[in-house]
This record gives sequence, C-alpha cells and structure tokens, in this order.
Amino acid sequence: MQALTIISAVNDALMTEMQNDKNIVTFGEDVGVEGGVFRATVNLQKKYGEKRCFDSPLAENAIVGTALGMAMGGLRPVVEIQFSGFVYPAFNQIITHVSRMRNRTRGALTAPMVIRMPYSGGIRALELHSESMEALFGHIPGIKVVIPSTPYDTKGLLISAIRDEDPVIFMEPKRLYRAFKQEVPEDAYTIPIGKAAIVQPGTQLTLISYGSQMKEAKEATALLQKEGISVELIDLRTIYPYDKSTILESVKKTGRLLVVHEGPRSFGVAAEIIAMVSKDAFEYLEAPPTRLTGADTIFPLPSAEHHYMIHTAHIVKRATEVIRYQP
Amino acid sequence: MFENFDPREGKRLQILNEDGQINSDLPKLPMLTNKQALHAFKIMVITREADDWAVSLNRQGRMPTYPPVKGQEANSIGSLMAVKNEDWFVQAFRELGGLLIRGVPLTQHYLYFLGNEMGSFYEPEKYHVLPISVPISSQLPHAVGLAYAEQYKGTDNITIVFNGDGGTSVGDFHESLNFAGVWNAPVIFYVQNNQYAISVPRHHQTASTTIAEKAFGYGFEGVQVDGNDVFAVYAATKLAANHARKGNGPTLIEGFTYRLGAHTTADDPTRYREDQEVADWIKKDPLIRLEKYVLNNKLITEQQIVTLKKEAKKQAHAAFEEADNFQKESLDNTFRYTFKNIPPILEEQLEQRRELEGGLK
Ligand SMILES: Cc1ncc(C[n+]2csc(CCOP(=O)(O)OP(=O)(O)O)c2C)c(N)n1
Repeated sequence: MQALTIISAVNDALMTEMQNDKNIVTFGEDVGVEGGVFRATVNLQKKYGEKRCFDSPLAENAIVGTALGMAMGGLRPVVEIQFSGFVYPAFNQIITHVSRMRNRTRGALTAPMVIRMPYSGGIRALELHSESMEALFGHIPGIKVVIPSTPYDTKGLLISAIRDEDPVIFMEPKRLYRAFKQEVPEDAYTIPIGKAAIVQPGTQLTLISYGSQMKEAKEATALLQKEGISVELIDLRTIYPYDKSTILESVKKTGRLLVVHEGPRSFGVAAEIIAMVSKDAFEYLEAPPTRLTGADTIFPLPSAEHHYMIHTAHIVKRATEVIRYQP
Repeated sequence: MFENFDPREGKRLQILNEDGQINSDLPKLPMLTNKQALHAFKIMVITREADDWAVSLNRQGRMPTYPPVKGQEANSIGSLMAVKNEDWFVQAFRELGGLLIRGVPLTQHYLYFLGNEMGSFYEPEKYHVLPISVPISSQLPHAVGLAYAEQYKGTDNITIVFNGDGGTSVGDFHESLNFAGVWNAPVIFYVQNNQYAISVPRHHQTASTTIAEKAFGYGFEGVQVDGNDVFAVYAATKLAANHARKGNGPTLIEGFTYRLGAHTTADDPTRYREDQEVADWIKKDPLIRLEKYVLNNKLITEQQIVTLKKEAKKQAHAAFEEADNFQKESLDNTFRYTFKNIPPILEEQLEQRRELEGGLK
C-alpha cells in the first residue's frame, strides 16, 4: 500500500499497466520530458522510453486521430488532452471515427483507447480551463465516459479503461488532483466501468454526484447527518453507461433524489438520471426528483467564479427542501 | 518582396545586432526614424516593467496565472508600429508591447489576467483589437475573415495576427494560411517562434527547417526575422503591410525569438531547458540592444533612462492597483452576456442562483 493523491494515482496506474502490457503507449502535449503539466505522466518516459511516452505536436485532433490509427494497428494508446477545454478540435475524430469504428466495420476494427483530460473549475484558472462538459461526451453513442473522485478509484478505473475493448473518455477532477491522499495498492487492480459506488448508505435521501463535486457532496452529507437527516450518497463514477440498478435501488428505498453536478443544467447528466428515475421509480417517489447544477452560462473568469460554483451550503439547502417537501 | 531573405536559403533578416549596431550592408529597407526608435524603446521599458511586476504579483498571491512576455517584446512592438491604427490586431496572448503601441491602457491587460471579463472589452472603433485567444491558433481564421471583410468593404485596412511556434502545428494555422492564399486576403501572419511550446522544443513541432518557409506551400512569401531586433521586425512588417494593402495578399513572418521567463507563472522551465541556453539568449535581449542604440545615437541620456525606468515601474504599479480596484463582475453579469435577451429558462436559473446566494445580487 502507498498513500497517493489522485494525480499520483493516475501516474501509478500508467506505470503499473505499461509494465503489464507492452502495447500501451502514451502521448500528448508536454507528456514526455515534462511529464505533463500536472505531472500525470512523470517518469514514464524515463522508465519506458521515448517510443512509449512522448510529446506530440500541439494539435488535439491529430492526437486523437493518430491514437485511433495506433489502436486499429494493435496498440493501446492512452492520450492526454492537456485541459478538457481544448478537446473540441478532436471532436471531429471522436464523433466521426473513434465512437463509430466498431459499428461501422461490424467489429472488424475497434478503438481500444483512452482519452484522458483534467476537467472542472474552482481553481482560478484562465478561460477554458474550468468547464465541466462531460454531458457532451455522454451524448455520443459509442464511447464510455468515466470520472473518478478518489485516488483508489482513479487507479482502478484507469486500468479498467485501458483494458476496455472500447474507447473511454477519462475525465480527471483537477480541483481534487492534490486535495487528499488515500491508500492505494501497488499492484494492478480494476474497478468495473458502469458501476457506481455507495459512499455512504442512508435512508431518507439519495444524493448523487461525481468527480470534483463529490467533495462538497460529502461535506453536505456529513452536515445533514448532524441535523439527523440520513443521506445515501452515491458517486456515479461512470457517466456512460451509468449504473441504473444502483440508482433505482437507492431511490426506491429513500423515495427522494437530489442530483448535483458542476456542469451546465440543460441536457446534462442530472436530466438523464432524473428522466430515468421518473419513469422507473415513479411510484416510489415522495418528492420531485431535483437537480442542483451549474447554470447554462459561460464559465466565469476567476474573479466571478464563486458565482458559478456549487458550494456545500447550496447542497445542504436544496437537500433540506427535498426532505421537507410535502405534496 | 523578400527575395534577399529567402528562409529556404537559410537567411534571416537582422538590422540591429546584439551590440546595438545597425548592419550597414543591407539593401534599402523601411527604417524606424529616431523618434520612432525612441518610442519603441520607451514602450519596451514599460512592457518589461509591467511584465516583471505581474510575475512578482503572482508570487505575492495577488495575480492568478500569468504568461510573461519577457524577451519577446520587440516582436509585437516593432510590428504594431508598422501598421496603422485601423488595421486589425488579432492577439494570441503574449503581445503586451503591441497593445501598448496601440494605446490600450495597461490596466486593461492586468484586468484580464486578474480574471475579469472586462479585460476583454476593447472598444472596437477605438482599438481594432480582438481579445486574447486562449485556444492556441483558433484566432487565425478570424483574422482571415476580418481581412476578407475589410476587402469586401473596400477599405485598405489589413489584419495582423499572432501565434506561437507550437501554434503552427494546429490545423487552424494551416487552414488559415490556405484560405488567405486562396482569397489573396490582406493579412499578415506573425509567428513568435520563442523556441518552446511550454516544454516542447520547436523541433518537436515541425520537421521543416524554418517556420517561415511554410508560406511558400500556400502560395505566398514567408520571411524569418530576428525577433529580438525591433528594426528587423518593423521593416518586414512594413513591407508585408504595403504588399497586403496594395492587394497582393498575405505574408508569413517568423520572429525568431526566445521566452526568457517561464511559460506561465505555473511553469518551471528548469525542467526542460538548460541554464546555458537561457544565458546565451539573455545576451540577445531586445531591450539591451535597443538601449545601446538609443544611447549610441544620443536619443536619450543614461540619466533619463534611469528616470524612465523608475517612472515605468510607478506606472505599472498604479495600473495594477487600478485594475485590482475595478468593480468585480456581478452574478447578474455572469448571466447577462450569454445572449442579447436572457431567455426565460435562464432567467429562472438566475433567480434560483440569487436565492442560493442568499438573495444578494
Ligand atoms: C488548443 C489548445 N491546446 C492546448 C493548450 C494549452 N497550452 C497553452 S499555451 C500552450 C503552448 C503554446 O505554445 P506556442 O504556440 O509556441 O506559444 P507560446 O506559449 O510559446 O507563446 C499550450 C499547449 C491551449 N491553450 N490550446
């Protein structure tokens, strides 16, 4: 066991898995010598050489497009997009090829590859360094979307993503990159994609969140607990394909649901979960399933970002309203 | 227009050498007058002071992430002096000197890096400046579009657009050069080749010997200039601007320069470059050689330079305090500029947010 942060768990997953599988290569902007601007790939080039860990020219679409070529050629590429705000040029490759290759060729060609990227705000960053746009990826048929929130999950989920036979978008909660440490096994292990985690069992309210927002969700859960409200906190972990059965089981027990995410509201992850719950757990609901999300606005620059972020007190407030709801 | 400086023959235009001497065996080129050289020097001094101040403010925790321009000042100063005020200036993010040449208040630049949206509010009629563009090279197509619009309206205004060596790898760079060539658009592409894109050295971005030579593949001329020589930058840009104004189309200028500081205040350059390399480039500092020039030519005295630097420092400090005391963006403003008219569903979200924040605006 070793105590790791989320960012060092990313590095550890790559270190471990590259040892296990010679076909894994990793590249992107500043990934080689520098070891990534967040140090996610540090020492990989030293250990595995320049053929397996290297800097690419600055061009996200070509990073993803060449990774797909490598994947079709038998390698297992794990590419880094420096910030999720710069992945947009690569949407062309992701949507027109990466997500479709299996279907297009009826399985003759596939895209076992991982596209890693830090996301989320609250770090006083420059424009386009703070957004949470996971819903865009969730809307693309043919790719999986994973977002860990702890060091342990990060290593296990990243190894699962690398071993997956389909393309995985792996979004890393950069606000939590160095927020805390957790014991992480030194060997390889996996956490299944598509499986949510019940972080704390409870009976009165199901609170669902994921990624960076889990910090405030945990704090809110503890505060509510003190007030005698029993919250079942679920970390979604996989955005697509999300864990329908864990969510339904919980809501059927609690009868109340609050979904919290940092990304914009309309057509977001909460919309999808609430639509599903409204249909499949309708008779169990004791209050309207509710969402607390970022607004449908451009993410503000640092001096006003506190007007965008969801704070612990906001979650407590909405959760209390859901609990107190009377038809 | 640059037959004597074909980058494919390994040529680079330099007028003012590292000792502050003018190279005398050059063909006739547009030259800065004494008055202009002094102006360039004064702007370079304030740029340097303002830049250094931003870096130290970051260390004091008073400024978020900031990308220093130290060492690259001559590129945007010389080139912005060679175009007119109505010509569009499309920035990347390391063109502070050029902004000051344009007359943009330093406060505005600080305001942007303090994370206030008003830092991107450049009165269009006054400055003809586009806001800082964070996604690398994504501003290049806009420059070609602006150039087309000016041509369409029948003005003689041109457009100058900046990016970096790393930015030449982006599809937008190649697509923009191609469009500009096909449309014969009045645009100057100015690449500040500062040798690194964060940690990635220039030779990892492109296998071509120079960046300038890429222009020929798109059907127009490219030239490499010493980007630490404000005279060379001015001359090349002046020629390219006249060329574009006359309807002869685009030019690519590669300013061969060096970023003396970190990529941003969040970067540690000792991880990827040698101290010796930095030391060698310090000798080529654009400010040192321009200072030698203005002194040698008696455009200014040593004593006046001391005063000038002191004044520049004061100006930088005052501009920052002004920016720091500028009204903070409100909750309402984070919603207001999403659309011309706020739609009902967004209005409702604003209401909810006000309520969450405790009814305060
Ligand atoms: C599309 C895109 N990808 C990645 C980044 C992150 N990033 C910011 S600056 C930079 C390097 C840019 O290098 P260069 O174009 O040479 O300009 P310089 O910073 O040296 O002035 C990178 C990779 C970005 N801003 N935009």
